[in-house]
Amino acid sequence: MKRVLTIALALVLTVASLSAADLKVGVLSPLTGPVPSFGLSVKEGTLLAVSEWNAKGGILGQKIVPVIEDGQCDAAAATNAANKLINQDQVKFILGEVCSGATIPVTELAGAAKVLLLSPTATNPNVTVDKAGKTKDFAFRACYIDPFQGGILAQFSYTRLKAKNAFILYDQGNDYTIGLANAFEAQFTKLGGKVVGKETYTKTDTDFSAILAKIKAAKPEVVLLPDYYNIVNLVTKQAKEKGITVPFVGGDGWDSPDLDKAAAAGGYYTNHYSPEDKRAEVVNFLKAYAAAYKDDAGKGKVPDALATLGYDGANLLFTAIKNAGSTDTTKVKEALEKISFNGVTGKITFDKAHNPVKALTILSVTKDKIAFDSVVQP
Amino acid sequence: MPSSIASGKAPISDEKRRGPPLAWVGWAFLGLIGAVTVAYIAGKAWSNPVLFLQNILDGLKLGFVYALIALGYTMVYGIVKLINFAHGDVFMVGAFTSFYAVSRFRLHQWPSAVFPGIDPTVSVIIGSITVVLLAMLICVLLAVTIERVAYKPLREAPRIAALITAIGVSFFLEFFGALPFVYSGRFIPYKAPFPTTAWYVQDGIHPIVSGTASPDNTISFSNIFLLIAAASILVQVFLQWIVKRTKIGVAMRAASYDKSTARLMGINVDRVISFTFAIGAAFAGLGGVLYAIAYSSIWSQLGVLPGLKAFVAAVLGGIGSIPGAFVGALIMGQAEALTMGYISTPMRDAVAFAILIIVLLVKPTGLFGEPSGEKA
Repeated sequence: MKRVLTIALALVLTVASLSAADLKVGVLSPLTGPVPSFGLSVKEGTLLAVSEWNAKGGILGQKIVPVIEDGQCDAAAATNAANKLINQDQVKFILGEVCSGATIPVTELAGAAKVLLLSPTATNPNVTVDKAGKTKDFAFRACYIDPFQGGILAQFSYTRLKAKNAFILYDQGNDYTIGLANAFEAQFTKLGGKVVGKETYTKTDTDFSAILAKIKAAKPEVVLLPDYYNIVNLVTKQAKEKGITVPFVGGDGWDSPDLDKAAAAGGYYTNHYSPEDKRAEVVNFLKAYAAAYKDDAGKGKVPDALATLGYDGANLLFTAIKNAGSTDTTKVKEALEKISFNGVTGKITFDKAHNPVKALTILSVTKDKIAFDSVVQP
Repeated sequence: MPSSIASGKAPISDEKRRGPPLAWVGWAFLGLIGAVTVAYIAGKAWSNPVLFLQNILDGLKLGFVYALIALGYTMVYGIVKLINFAHGDVFMVGAFTSFYAVSRFRLHQWPSAVFPGIDPTVSVIIGSITVVLLAMLICVLLAVTIERVAYKPLREAPRIAALITAIGVSFFLEFFGALPFVYSGRFIPYKAPFPTTAWYVQDGIHPIVSGTASPDNTISFSNIFLLIAAASILVQVFLQWIVKRTKIGVAMRAASYDKSTARLMGINVDRVISFTFAIGAAFAGLGGVLYAIAYSSIWSQLGVLPGLKAFVAAVLGGIGSIPGAFVGALIMGQAEALTMGYISTPMRDAVAFAILIIVLLVKPTGLFGEPSGEKA
C-alpha cells in the first residue's frame, strides 16, 4: 500500500511539475545515424523558431517546450522515439522526422494517437498519403515533393527561358529523376511546349556522347537533367566538349559543393531558398540564424535548405495552433489545411494531399558561383 | 579417325558433330536479329552520315580505353590461364592515384614549382607525364603484390580456386576503396591536370570555345580523344615489340606454351609471371588516368563495368591474343556507341554481354584465338 502511495505521489509530482501553461512539442531529428548533419540543421532551424515564439510570449499564452528525440533516420529508431514522445511525454505535436523512410512509420503511430505530425523535409509521397491514396489526417510536410519541382522547371523553362522545345534526360532506375521528368513533360506540354526527345541512362553510365550527339541533332532550347550532381558533372562537361550550349535545368539534386560549376555553367536548378533573396522573411531569418548559431571560427552560420525547412515547418505548426485558437489537434489540422503563410521558403498553402503549394527558388550556375535567379510561383 | 585417336581425343560421335536437332532454328534466329540490326543502323547512318561518323568516333574513344585494359586480361590469361578479375579495379586505383597526385599534391605542376621560369605548357606536359607514370607505378606495385599474395600460392591449385580468389580480390579493392578513410563511396569530381580542348570539323578544324555553340552537323573531338587513341596504339605497338623482339618476350611466349618445359630451359617462370602482371597493370593504370580525365567523375566502383567489358573484348578477340584484345576492344566500343546512338542507351550493357554469350556459343576461341587442346 505504501508503495502504491509513493508511486501515486510521484505521478502527482511529475504532472504538477509541468505547469499547465506549457505546450510540449516533440522534435524528432536524426542526430546520429547516416545523416547527422541534416538532423543538426533541422534541429537548429526548429529551435530558432521556438525561441522566437517564446520571446513573443509563446502561443495562446503557453510557453513552447521542445522535447528533442533522436530518430537516427531509421524506421525502428524513429518509431521507438515517437512512442516515447506520444506515450511518455504525451506530446500532441511532432515536428519530424527528417528522412522519409523514418517518417512514414511514425505517421501511422501519430495518426492512431491523433498526434499531429509535420515533417519539415520528408519528400516521399507516402508521408502524407497512405497506400490506398487517401490523405493521412494528421500528417503534413513543409517541403515540396520531388515531382513538384518538375512542373516548376517546366514553367520556368517555358516562360523565363522562352523554350518551346525541350529534351528530357533521366535515369531509368531512379524514382526521383523519373518523377521529375514525368511532371516536367506533363506541365511543359500543357503550357504548349514540345518534348523533342527523351533519353534514359543508368546510374553507372559515364559516357553520354551518343545521347549528346542526339541532343545536338534535335536542337532543343532546354534540356531537363533532373539527376544528382555527379551525373550532372559528367553530362555537362561532355556537352561543353561537343559545343552544346543549350541550358540544362534540374532539381535540388544539383545542390552540392561538388557540382562542377565550370561544366554546369549556363544551367539552372531549383532549390528551397537562396540566401541572396531580398524578401524580408529571408533577410530576417538569416540575421536571426547568424546571431543564434556560430561556426567553429565564431562567425554566424548561413542556414542551409534543411535549417530553413526546419524553421518554416515549426512556424507553420505554431501559426496553425494560434489560428486554431486551441491545442486540439483536430482543430489545428483544420487550421493547417486553410493556412496561408509567408515563410522563408515562400508563401505556403496546403493542397488536398497535405503537400505544401509554394514558390520555388531558381538558382543559376555560372563559372564561379551559384547565383539567385528568380522565384517561380506554381 | 586415326588422327584424333593419335592426339588422345575421344572420337567425335555423329550426333555431336551435327549438333542437337533443330539447332538451325537458333542460328537462323540469331542471324535474323543480326541482319535486321545491321540494316536498321545502315538506314539511320544513310539518313544522317555526320551523326553516324560522330558515333563511330565516340565508339573509338571507348574502344581504345577498353583496349588498354583488355591487354592485361589477355596477357595474364595467356600465361597463367587466369582471368584476373581484379584487373578492372587496378584500373580504378590508377584513376585515384592520379586524382590524389593532382588535387592533393599538385604533382602536375612540379616543374614550375621547382623551376619557376619554365614555360607553363612545358611544365604541364612534364607534370602530367609524371602523374601518369606515378599512377602506372602504383598500379604495377599493387598488381605484383596481388599476384604474390593471392595468386602465386594457388598456382598449382585447380583453376577455379584462383578464379574465385580473383573475384575476392576485386571485391576487396572495390569495397576497401569505398571506406570513408580510403576513397569514400561517393562520386568525386576529377580535376584534370591539363585543360580539355575540343575541335569541330567544318572546312578545316576549328577549336570549340567552352560555353559557345559549335555549328550543327559537324563532327567534334577533343584532345583527350587524341591522347587516348595515341596511347592505346603506342601501347599496342610496344607490346608487339616486347613479345616478338625481346628476351623477356620470348620467355613469356615460352612460359605461355609450356611452363614446366620453360622452367627446364632455365627461364625464371615466376619472374616472367610477375612481369606479365606488372606490364598489364601499368597499361591499366595509364587507362585509368586517361579515363578519369575523359569522364571527370570517379568512385570506387569505376573499374567494374569497363573491366568487365574489356574482359568481353579479350574473349571476343580470342583470349590470350594481344592483337585480338585490341581488335575486340574496338569492336566492343563500336557496339556500345552504335547501341547508344541508334537503339537505346540503357541497352548498351545488355548488348556488350550478349556479345560475350554469342562469342562463347559460336566461336569460343574468339576472332584470333588458337584452338587449344585445353583440358579446361
